Amino acid sequence: MTTLPANRSRRDFLRSGAALVTATVAPGVTLMAFGGSAVQGAPDAGKRWGLLIDAGKCDPDCTACVTACQDENGWRGQGDPQRDVQWIRKVTLKDKGTGRETSLPVMCQHCDQPPCVDVCPTGASFKRADGIVLVDKHICIGCRYCMMACPFKARSFVHEPVTNQKPHAPRGVGTVESCTLCVHRIDAGGVPACVEACASAGYGAIVFGDLLDPESEISQRLEEYPSLALRPDLDLNPGVRYSEL
Amino acid sequence: MAIERTIYREIPVSPRLWAAAALLAAFVLSGLGAFLYVEHRGHVATGMTNQIVWGMPHVFAIFLIVAASGALNVASMASVFDRKIYKPLSRLSGLLAISLLLGGLSVLVLDLGRPDRLIVQMTHFNFTSIFTWNILLYSGFLAIVAVYLWVQMDRNVHPKWVKPAGLLAFVWRLALTTGTGSIFGWLVARPGYDAAVMAPLFIAMSFALGLAVFVLVLQGLCVLARCPLGQTLIERLTRLLALFVAVVLYFTVLQHLTNLYAAEHTGFEAFILFDGGVFPLLFWIGQIVVGSLVPLALVYGRKTPVSPGLASAVCLLVILGGVAQIYVIVIGGQAYPMEIFPGYEVSSTFFDGQVAGYAPSVPEVFLGIGGGALALFATGLGARVLRIVPTTLSDQNLAGKGQE
Repeated sequence: MTTLPANRSRRDFLRSGAALVTATVAPGVTLMAFGGSAVQGAPDAGKRWGLLIDAGKCDPDCTACVTACQDENGWRGQGDPQRDVQWIRKVTLKDKGTGRETSLPVMCQHCDQPPCVDVCPTGASFKRADGIVLVDKHICIGCRYCMMACPFKARSFVHEPVTNQKPHAPRGVGTVESCTLCVHRIDAGGVPACVEACASAGYGAIVFGDLLDPESEISQRLEEYPSLALRPDLDLNPGVRYSEL
Repeated sequence: MAIERTIYREIPVSPRLWAAAALLAAFVLSGLGAFLYVEHRGHVATGMTNQIVWGMPHVFAIFLIVAASGALNVASMASVFDRKIYKPLSRLSGLLAISLLLGGLSVLVLDLGRPDRLIVQMTHFNFTSIFTWNILLYSGFLAIVAVYLWVQMDRNVHPKWVKPAGLLAFVWRLALTTGTGSIFGWLVARPGYDAAVMAPLFIAMSFALGLAVFVLVLQGLCVLARCPLGQTLIERLTRLLALFVAVVLYFTVLQHLTNLYAAEHTGFEAFILFDGGVFPLLFWIGQIVVGSLVPLALVYGRKTPVSPGLASAVCLLVILGGVAQIYVIVIGGQAYPMEIFPGYEVSSTFFDGQVAGYAPSVPEVFLGIGGGALALFATGLGARVLRIVPTTLSDQNLAGKGQE
């Protein structure tokens, strides 16, 4: 019979065993559970990530941001537009008074007061400390109440089984998903794929940065030029802002 | 005159009972089949889309849940408001309430994208969600009505406990329907919702729909149990139903007038009331004419008593009107495009600015009907194994219980 060292209790021994199992399993679980509890602990509460979209620079015929998001996160249309998911979409606006047309991308607005988080019965919809709104794929039950509650039509329900998922962007039939602001890139010090693609296409219409840092480009631009939040009447304080609308 | 004591009996086995059970079981099984089919293929097998995210299952589920709380009213009238004529119906009222709620919740749960994660819902609660509160309200309702039934049925429990149990159940059912209405009332995003009137509207709907279902179920069970059903009782219930229908009408007028007064909501109102295709049709013909005005005329516009056949017809019309109303609220509220960019004509690959189409698929309709069948099957089963249905509900017998 194995005897435990005198200074270690049985409970300590069990604890160390649990720790060993956790250390072995955790990386894999964390990878799959991005947006889950492990990641919830990581974000910096001193930051608030956001986007500033300059509609004046957005080319109506360009969909580089959409394509980049699809490639980065592995979502793509399956030939059924009504049911295909869309994490980001290009919207064309025509002023009813003047007839002036504007084009801009719309995605999850990463609200400070997100209605999707309020209504989610399990807490699968959640906001990280740095303002990024995500869906925890492990506890989303697919009730779609968040889709009813989102004022921006930013969320999609996965109607069919999905294949070829990206390890950093797990997806699953029967759950809801939306723009993650490329949280995996941000956590690695990068910028969202749409921002990168827009810059590469030569438009630079999307600026990414920390809204709480007065020195950041996004903060300075917001201070310098007029901008607006979508559905300002709801006072949700979105992290995504628009200018030149 | 000696007051005859109400005697309750299990409904006897008969070919008619077997036939009813087989019919309902067939619908329950087809509902289960529909669930398995959708579960296997994903929601692509339904008519629901990323524009209409809640469809026919939700229409059926909300109908059943709303009717569940209303079905309890008959018991409440007896034990809370001392209307003794309804006392012999109290047990059935409680049983039907529990059964309807179970049927509705089954549809809701089986329509989840991940119904296998029900245990997740039972272990993760977000208390800012009205859904979470509803889960507690629904569970509490089942428990409270079960206790309410028990205090009525157990001879070892002193009758003094019936009133407190009934009062608690009554208050709880008001809270429950407030919660169901608030699923929509608290949605700020969509112009068709975001209105406090949803809660009282749903309560009024529950009174009408619950009573309509109750009367039909009562008539059916009395046939199966060979229980004489008095004309006066049916007359009273139907007249009460007409009153509830009028109350629903009042809240409906209030709902639309309030919206019409706000310029930002006139687009939505025009959609629902005039130019929204199937929705104005369902609203005016389904809810207003078939579900409200015709029943009101049939009940109040006659000098002769309401016959049992007419009572059934009135209940059926009210139920049809109720389904139309819930369809308009649930589907119509989603079909109208959200105003993300006021003042602009909007277009996108995600159907921004467009009215969303919806064609319910066979599986989702069967799932919904299966939930209704499950509720009726459970009621029948309950009445078969428990002493729920009185041996007689004849007018002569009820007269002894007072006409108040």
